Amino acid sequence: MAMRFQKKGAGVYTLDVQGYVCPHPQLYTKKAIEKLKEGDVLELIFDNPSSAETISAMCDKIGMELIHTTLNGGKYIWQIRKIRA
Amino acid sequence: MEKSEIERKEKRNRFRAFGIMAFLSSVSVATYAMNEYYIYLVAYLWFGFIYGMALQYGRFCFSSAFRDLFAVKVPRMAVGIMIAMVLFAFTAAVVNITGQSTFHPAPFGYFMLIGGFIFGVGTVFAGGCASGSLYKTGEGNGVAMIVLLSISVTQSIFVDVAGWTNKLVPRSWTESAAARGLPASISATDGWMDQYLAGYVWNRPAETVATALGWSDYSFVGAFLGNFVFGTVIPAALLLAVVYIWLSDKTAGRGTVGVTDHLAAFWFMIVASKRTAIAGIVLGVACGLQSFVMKGLQIRFGVDNFGELMQRMGITFGLTVNGTVFDPGYWYITTQEAQWVGWTLHKLGWENLDNIFYGLDNGIPNPLFNPADWMTVALIGGAAVMALLNNEFKWKKPTMELAFWAILGGAFMGIGARLALGCNVGAFFIRVPHGNYTGWLFGLGMIAGAFIGVKVLNWHTERKIARELEAIHLS
Repeated sequence: MAMRFQKKGAGVYTLDVQGYVCPHPQLYTKKAIEKLKEGDVLELIFDNPSSAETISAMCDKIGMELIHTTLNGGKYIWQIRKIRA
Repeated sequence: MEKSEIERKEKRNRFRAFGIMAFLSSVSVATYAMNEYYIYLVAYLWFGFIYGMALQYGRFCFSSAFRDLFAVKVPRMAVGIMIAMVLFAFTAAVVNITGQSTFHPAPFGYFMLIGGFIFGVGTVFAGGCASGSLYKTGEGNGVAMIVLLSISVTQSIFVDVAGWTNKLVPRSWTESAAARGLPASISATDGWMDQYLAGYVWNRPAETVATALGWSDYSFVGAFLGNFVFGTVIPAALLLAVVYIWLSDKTAGRGTVGVTDHLAAFWFMIVASKRTAIAGIVLGVACGLQSFVMKGLQIRFGVDNFGELMQRMGITFGLTVNGTVFDPGYWYITTQEAQWVGWTLHKLGWENLDNIFYGLDNGIPNPLFNPADWMTVALIGGAAVMALLNNEFKWKKPTMELAFWAILGGAFMGIGARLALGCNVGAFFIRVPHGNYTGWLFGLGMIAGAFIGVKVLNWHTERKIARELEAIHLS
């Protein structure tokens, strides 16, 4: 499945990178977050476990916070808020 | 997803994980019952299993060490690798002074830098290093499976290609290869790789920090001061300090920071990823222990190589001209990957036992009797068990886009690994802790390669996300 970045509602976006391996999920997440406004929320959907470790580690560095995480059947759905420009 | 469905999936995953362990245990018991020599292969198998579990648990991928550092400024993997190498270096020093080591140093030369560079570019394109692709295969990742196939096929062809490539060989290499007087069945002067090995690489010095300083690798001073402290601990600490300073610059200007703060922040960087650090500790100890155990088994059976045991069992196909097979006695990855494809190609009619890589150094035994293959298969199994138990296993079909990157990256990794006589494990992770400083040269090449690889992937992903952003007017 190809990468999809969509607007879900006011200030809420979805980035679906299922099927992608490192470093694609973390690169797309970083680039997507950079484009959002402070307070916007990104719903990130991915299924590459090693990206989970890297994305959670880079949260503070690129001004974002993890607000909710789920893992079902190898599929991660994370909600990330941009807290600093 | 319904709670009952999640519970059902978790139960099924646990069942599959125990199924894999039951299968590997059955193979171990059944083969040992057939012939006690199989314990040699079984030892490889269970060390591979431990490596697989540790790699998956810690998401331990050498590619991500410097790629994530350059791409998203995350140092967790670089830290994890340094922890693992320091611990491995300590256990390797202990093993060395007991005289139970199976390690042989590799030659030193700029070719290590070049091989590391090509390999490093490949790891970024492929989305994982040689060991990372193995454990991701255990997670059900189709892209990683393509990477493995690409590495294996590329190596297998690269070591045997002759014809026009002979024109690229300097005359001095040909003369030096011819002067070695290798067995007649080995075509040392026909094929680029053969002349590269026999005419150039083998002429380079192969030493450790200890031997370079005039100490024996097996003495206390040589093993601990030379190879452990000078060869591993100090360079690893310096490398981490460089990483820390480089990352600190990005956050400079946030107030006055003293030495104590820097030391605290440095320590925080070391322990920031608990999973990676734990995996590093397990890998470091297990790697040293494997060398000790394999040497012990060699002494127990009175052999120096598993090929001798194969002959005692009446298995002679695929042995080298010296009656040996690839039997490193420690963790290794790419050579056995080249071997199983080499064996397959040979069965299909490709004569490849006349080259140095297969015919003289490693052989092409049936994968069922290949010690290192047992380790690789069990590594994938160990990673699958860990992924299943943590509900992270998922079959992932590769897209055309990722398959392209996997094939390209795998090919780069295959060529880089053969030029450097090993991958991120064999040429770096194993060599450095034994004081074989050529490993650091490979590591530097890998860092430079990762930097360039990230530049290319950054360009690619930037273009793709720009198109998506335009569609929702966010560009």
